Amino acid sequence: MTHPPKSSAAPPGSGVPTMPAVPPQPGPAAPAPQAPPPATAPDRAPARRTAFAEGFDQLRAAATTEPGRLRIIGAALALLVVLFGTVTAWQTNDRAAAADDVLHKSQPLSSAAADIYRYLADANTAASSAFLAGGQETAHSRELYEKDIDLAAAGLVRAASNSDPDSPAARTVAELNTLLPEYKGLVERARTYNRQGFPVGGAYLRYANEKMQDQMLPKAQNLYTSENQRLRADYADATPYPWAAIGLGVLALAGLAWAQHRNYRRTNRVLNHGLVAATATATVVLLWLVVGHTVARAGLNDSYDHGVRSLNVLHDARIASLKARGNENLTLVARGAETVTKKNAQGVDVTYDAYDYDFDKDMDTLGKGLAQASKLADDSSGKQPVTAAEGNMAVWKQRHSAAREQDDNGNYEEALLRVIGPKGATGECFDSVDDNLAKALTHEEAEFRRSAGDGLGAMTGLSAGAAVLAVLGAAGAVLGIGRRLSEYR
Amino acid sequence: MRMRGRVRTGLKGWGGVGAMAAVCALAFAFVLLLPLTRSSGDGAAATGGPGLTRAEQAADDNPCDNPAIKTHPEEQTLSPSSADGTTIDKIKAREGAKRKLIVGVDQNSYRWGYRNPNGGPQADLEGFDIDLVHRIAQDILGDPNAVQFKAIPTNQRIPAIQKGRVDMVVRTMTINCKRLADVAFSAPYFKTGQQVLAPKSSGIKGYDGTLAHKKICTAEGSTAFSQLDEDKKAGRLVASADLRTTVPSQLDCLVRLQLGEVDAVVTDGALAASQAAQDPTVELKGSPFTTEYYGVAMKSDADDLVRRVNQILVDYRKDTTDGWQASYDRWLSATLNESSAKSEPPPPKYLRKS
Repeated sequence: MTHPPKSSAAPPGSGVPTMPAVPPQPGPAAPAPQAPPPATAPDRAPARRTAFAEGFDQLRAAATTEPGRLRIIGAALALLVVLFGTVTAWQTNDRAAAADDVLHKSQPLSSAAADIYRYLADANTAASSAFLAGGQETAHSRELYEKDIDLAAAGLVRAASNSDPDSPAARTVAELNTLLPEYKGLVERARTYNRQGFPVGGAYLRYANEKMQDQMLPKAQNLYTSENQRLRADYADATPYPWAAIGLGVLALAGLAWAQHRNYRRTNRVLNHGLVAATATATVVLLWLVVGHTVARAGLNDSYDHGVRSLNVLHDARIASLKARGNENLTLVARGAETVTKKNAQGVDVTYDAYDYDFDKDMDTLGKGLAQASKLADDSSGKQPVTAAEGNMAVWKQRHSAAREQDDNGNYEEALLRVIGPKGATGECFDSVDDNLAKALTHEEAEFRRSAGDGLGAMTGLSAGAAVLAVLGAAGAVLGIGRRLSEYR
Repeated sequence: MRMRGRVRTGLKGWGGVGAMAAVCALAFAFVLLLPLTRSSGDGAAATGGPGLTRAEQAADDNPCDNPAIKTHPEEQTLSPSSADGTTIDKIKAREGAKRKLIVGVDQNSYRWGYRNPNGGPQADLEGFDIDLVHRIAQDILGDPNAVQFKAIPTNQRIPAIQKGRVDMVVRTMTINCKRLADVAFSAPYFKTGQQVLAPKSSGIKGYDGTLAHKKICTAEGSTAFSQLDEDKKAGRLVASADLRTTVPSQLDCLVRLQLGEVDAVVTDGALAASQAAQDPTVELKGSPFTTEYYGVAMKSDADDLVRRVNQILVDYRKDTTDGWQASYDRWLSATLNESSAKSEPPPPKYLRKS
C-alpha cells in the first residue's frame, strides 16, 4: 500500500507492455475501418483498457504531482483504517456470537442432554424398584417415576427446538420421542399385570428395561456427546485471537506513522491534527481489541476449565451412580439369572453375577469421577458436596457388600431390605450421592455462568465501537491529508 | 510437567520401539503358554474321580444313540436310597447362614415358580416346583426354608449345574437323552407335552399346516426349540414357519405374543396353560404333540443326591396330606385340569446302574 506513491515510475510494471502501444493509437484512428480483420483483437483491447488501465493511467498521471500523491496517500490511509475497523467488527462479532452461544445455547443444551439421560435412567430405576418392592409401588416411587418421565419429555422438546433440522441430534431426539411412549406403555402394562398378580408383569418390566438399556440410553448418550461436541466447537470459535484484525491494525498504524513522517520531512511540521486523531483512534481500537479479547478469552477459558470440565465430570459421575443403582436393583430382580465369566488376576475364569459385575464397574467410574471432580473444584463450596458424596459412596459400598452377603447366603428378603428398605438401605446412600452431586452441579454451573458471562462482557460493544472509531479514524486521515492538500490550491 | 514431557518424547524415540518390542514379546509368551494353561485344566478335571469316567463315557457314546434311552430317557435314573454320600455331606457341612441347599429355579412361571407381585416385600417364590424344593430341603437339612433360590434362565440350567453354581435345578426341566449326557436326572415328577399357544382369534389350529408363514416364539435352550428345529429339518413342521424369535424365559414369549411380534408360542403344555391363565384372549391349540417328563437335574457324579431325591419323590407322591397331590391341587388344578391324572407320571423305573 505504501508502494504507489514511492515508485511513481515503476508501478505500471504490468502495464508497461501495453503502454507503448498507446501513443501510436491516436494516429491510425482514421484508417481504423481499413483493417477490420486484425481489428477484432485490438478492438477489444481498448475497450478493456478504458475500464482498468485508464484509471491506472490517471493514477500514474496523478502520482507525478505532489497533490496527486497526497490524494492517493489519503485514500489509501482511509481505506486501511476502514478495513481495519471492518475486519475487527466482523471478527469480534463472530467471536462474541460464539461466546454467546456457549453461554446461552450450547452449554445449557449439553446440560439438558445430560439431564435427559439422567431422567430416563432414573425413571427406569424407579420402575425396577417398584417391582422389587412387590409390585405395588408406593405413592412416592410412582410420583418419582412420573416426574422423571415428564422431565425427560420436556427435555426432549427443548432439545428438539434447539437442534437444527436434519442434524444427527434432531434425528436422535425424534427416535427418543418415539421410544419414550413405547417404554411407558410397557411399564403401564407391567403395572396392570402386577396388580392382577400375574408374573407376566415382571416380564414386561424386563422388556421395558431392555428397551431402555439397549436402545434409549445409548441414544441419549449420543445426544449428550454431540451436544458436548457443539459446545467445544463454540469454544473453538470464540477463543482464537483475531489475527487478521490485529495484523491490519498494525499495518494501519504503520501507514499512519509513515504518512506523518513523510509529512514532517516535506514540510517540517510535526503535528497534523487529522492524522494524529486517526492514529489515536486506530491505537484505541487495536488496544481495545487485544485487551478485550485477551480478557474475554481468559474468562472463557476459565469457564471451560472450572465450569465445563467440572460439569462434565460431575454429569458423568451422576450418570455412573445412576447406572450403579439400576444395576444394584437388577441384581435382585434377576436373582442370579445373568452371569458373566471373566478372568481374574490369576488368569482363572470366574463367574460373576452380570449386574453385580456392572455395579462394581459403575462404582469405580463414580469413584474416579468424584476424585477428579474434587481435584477440579477450586473452592471450598465446590469441594464440600463432592467430599460429602465421596463419603456417601463409601457407606454405599459397605452396605452393598453387606446386602450382597445376605443374598449370597440365601437371605433374599434381608438383602432386599438392605437395598430398598426404609432405613439403613443402600437407597439412602444413592439418594445422598445424587443430592450432593446436584448441589455440586448447581455450584459449578454458577461458576461457569459467571466466568463465561465475564468473558462475554469483555467483548461487549467491541464490534460496534471498532466500527464507529474506524469511521472516525478514516475521517481524521482524510481531513488531515485534505488540510495539506488545501495548501496547493 | 517437564518430566512428563521428557518421558513422552523419550517414548516417541527408542523408548517407543522398546515398549513395542516388550508388548510383542509378552504376546508371544502368552501364545506359548496357552496350551500349558489348557493342559493344566485337563489335569484338574482328571482328579475329579468317578465323575470324569461317567462324563467320558457320555462323550464316547451319546445316550441318544441308544434307542431304549432315546424313547424313555426318564427311566435312566438311580434307585432310591436315603443314605448320605459325598455330595450330601458337603451340603450338610455348610455352616451358619450358608447351611442351605442351593437350587436353581424359575421366577417367571406362573404357579410353578414365581414371585407373587402382590405379596409385598416379604413375598418369596412360590409354586409347584418351589413346594418340591422346600420338601427336599426339609428332608436333607431338616428345615424347609434352608434354601437359597437362584433364578436361572432356560439356557443356563445345564451350565449352572456343571459349574457347581447350584446343587440342583428344579425348574420344569424336561428329561431327555441329550441332557443326560451333561447332567443326571431324578425320576420324573410331572408329565406334560409340547403344545401350541395362540390368540383365540388366530387361524392357528394346532401343531400342523396352519403354522405356515407364522412366527413362533420359544425359549432359548428349551426342548420346544430343539423339537421344532428338528421337526422343521425332518419336514414334520412346515418349512415356512419362522423360529427366529427365542427369549430367555418362556414367559417372555407371552409378552411378544401380546405385542404382536410373534403369532404363536410353543412350550410345555403345563407352562402354556400358565400363560393362558394370565391372558384370557389366548388359548392352547390342539393337543400335546410330544410326551415329556419333568425331573430334578443334578451333577452327573452326584449319585448319592440323585438317589436321595428319588427317595424323597417316592415319599412325596405317597404323602396324601401335604405331598404331590396337595401341591397339584393348590397350584395347578385351576390352570390345568381339575384332575391330576394326565399330569401324573407312571410308576418310575430305575434303569441306570452306575
